[in-house]
Amino acid sequence: MSVDPARTATDELSYRDEALAAAVRPRRFGAWYVAEHRLRSMRAYGGTIVIGGIGQPLLYLLGIGLGLAAFLDQPIASGAHGPVSYLWFVAPALMASATITVALDEFTYAVLEGFKWRRLFWAMNASPVSPQQIATGMVIAVIGRMAFVAVAYGVLVVLFGATGSVLGALVTPFVAILGGLAFGLPLLAYSASIKNETGQFAVVQRFIFTPLFLFSGTFYPLATLPIWLQPIGWVSPLWHAAEVGRTLSYGSPPGAWPVWAHLLVLLVMAAVGWAVGRRIFVARLR
Amino acid sequence: MTPVIQARALTKTYGELVAVDGIDFEVAPGESFGLLGPNGAGKSTSMRMIGAVSQRTSGELTVLGLDPDTHGPEIRSRLGVVPQEDNLDTELTVRDNLIVYGRYFGIPRPVCAARATELLDFAELADKAKVKVDELSGGMKRRLTIARALINEPAVLMLDEPTTGLDPQARHVLWDRLFRLKERGTTLVVTTHYMDEAEQLCDRLVVVDHGRIMAEGSPADLIRTYSTREVLELRFGSTRNAQMAVELADLVDRHEVLPDRVLLYADDGEAVLARVRDRGLDPTTSLVRRSSLEDVFLRLTGRSLIE
Ligand SMILES: Nc1ncnc2c1ncn2[C@@H]1O[C@H](COP(=O)(O)OP(=O)(O)OP(=O)(O)O)[C@@H](O)[C@H]1O
Ligand SMILES: [Mg+2]
Repeated sequence: MSVDPARTATDELSYRDEALAAAVRPRRFGAWYVAEHRLRSMRAYGGTIVIGGIGQPLLYLLGIGLGLAAFLDQPIASGAHGPVSYLWFVAPALMASATITVALDEFTYAVLEGFKWRRLFWAMNASPVSPQQIATGMVIAVIGRMAFVAVAYGVLVVLFGATGSVLGALVTPFVAILGGLAFGLPLLAYSASIKNETGQFAVVQRFIFTPLFLFSGTFYPLATLPIWLQPIGWVSPLWHAAEVGRTLSYGSPPGAWPVWAHLLVLLVMAAVGWAVGRRIFVARLR
Repeated sequence: MTPVIQARALTKTYGELVAVDGIDFEVAPGESFGLLGPNGAGKSTSMRMIGAVSQRTSGELTVLGLDPDTHGPEIRSRLGVVPQEDNLDTELTVRDNLIVYGRYFGIPRPVCAARATELLDFAELADKAKVKVDELSGGMKRRLTIARALINEPAVLMLDEPTTGLDPQARHVLWDRLFRLKERGTTLVVTTHYMDEAEQLCDRLVVVDHGRIMAEGSPADLIRTYSTREVLELRFGSTRNAQMAVELADLVDRHEVLPDRVLLYADDGEAVLARVRDRGLDPTTSLVRRSSLEDVFLRLTGRSLIE
């Protein structure tokens, strides 16, 4: 071997100085190395990501634009300038639901694989990266996948004329990603706290994700629901992200929540999930 | 030479449980140092504290001249860690496991790739480079884990029970690889509950039990200090062993009764065996062997290493 695989006793350099120098890059970029690893792992199901990312919006936009919308003779929603087409109304909600689905995919089983099934986090943990960087790296990789899905959606939305504002459509993916994180980061914290998987994720899917999807004013305005069901929407990242997307597309009707209020809710949910999640990563890995 | 690891009264408690109970030791550069002890002795806990992934409860610890509490990333960037439980990325190929891991140390991708090629040769896994880890045997996985631990050219290689669960042949292949590293002067810290492994790999070791150090020295020193040159092992059948031991006790300075055999400690085992026969006693089997670390452990704790 030309390179010595390990340091020998005769080396003159001080071990201490060497260690101080060697940690400079991992201290700065550790989270990116974790993300790099995670993205490499995603390549294993890259086909699913790409086909799902493009196919799902295609099906929804075609199905709703050509099918469902044709049934509705009266517009069900209004924007700043009066009634809007059904396709315009649902498109921002569909985009946000796509990023939230990514969160559901990536912040559940992948976290358990890391802590338990394949103990990948323990391997990373023995390297210079910190538990906080491991958590951050996971999130960076997921943002990457969300960005792909949201941008693919955005492009198709523009092509289908499913937006009142092309400029707005450029910004909507960012809102959808924020929505995905507002749902995903609390989920990350929860997943990181699970020591034994006994079907919790199926529960999350059925009793949290599905109701959020159905009662968040995704397919009809939230105000259509009886008042006692509307709070589901108020705590739903999907509703907040969809509402901001709608405002970007065709402006908000009178009486709607202001955009800043929606964004604030999303930011608070994401920030709390993030803070708690990082703490759990540290507690488990140290 | 300043030690690469220095521990003073190093202690770790989990609630009421004292996992590591005030241990002192030093490891010099180039040395091959072992922690030998039974299950639950506190070996892995000690390794985690040295590896800067578990905070000590009290005592002093310096690794590469740095305090793990304040310089965890610095210490970890110069260690190679082979954990007790494999944690390879089973969905990646053998080669990608090395490259991905090298990135965690901030090593540029081309350098990772070059080192991966060399380390695969070293671990005798070159022909498996493109295979998924899932498809490797236990021994191959262990060799890959060692190769992975070397990707950052570490100052100290830490091995927690490197051959537990492997068959004898796989163990010998692994020992051979570790021996090469040792010859090159790599500093090794090894934990094991196999006395033969400790004898093979360690220049110096501490015997730990219940989180405490019971003895320290080279394998030969420990055997010389705590045992006789030879041991006579006699089997009389499990019901008679204890009674026979009483009858034979006066032949030697020290004896031990295990469930399946009686051990008589003597410098000349054959001579003692002759005297046993003179008394008209006829064991089912008899064996004279050299003393081992197992005997040292038995002497120190009254128990066997492997229960
Ligand atoms: N994270 C933990 N929380 C609570 N107790 C722990 C933890 N880790 C280890 N222990 C306890 O500390 C003691 C020492 O454990 P440790 O894993 O260090 O032993 P060991 O010598 O490595 O044993 P083995 O040969 O089985 O690997 C054991 O009693 C164990 O149950
Ligand atoms: Mg252990």
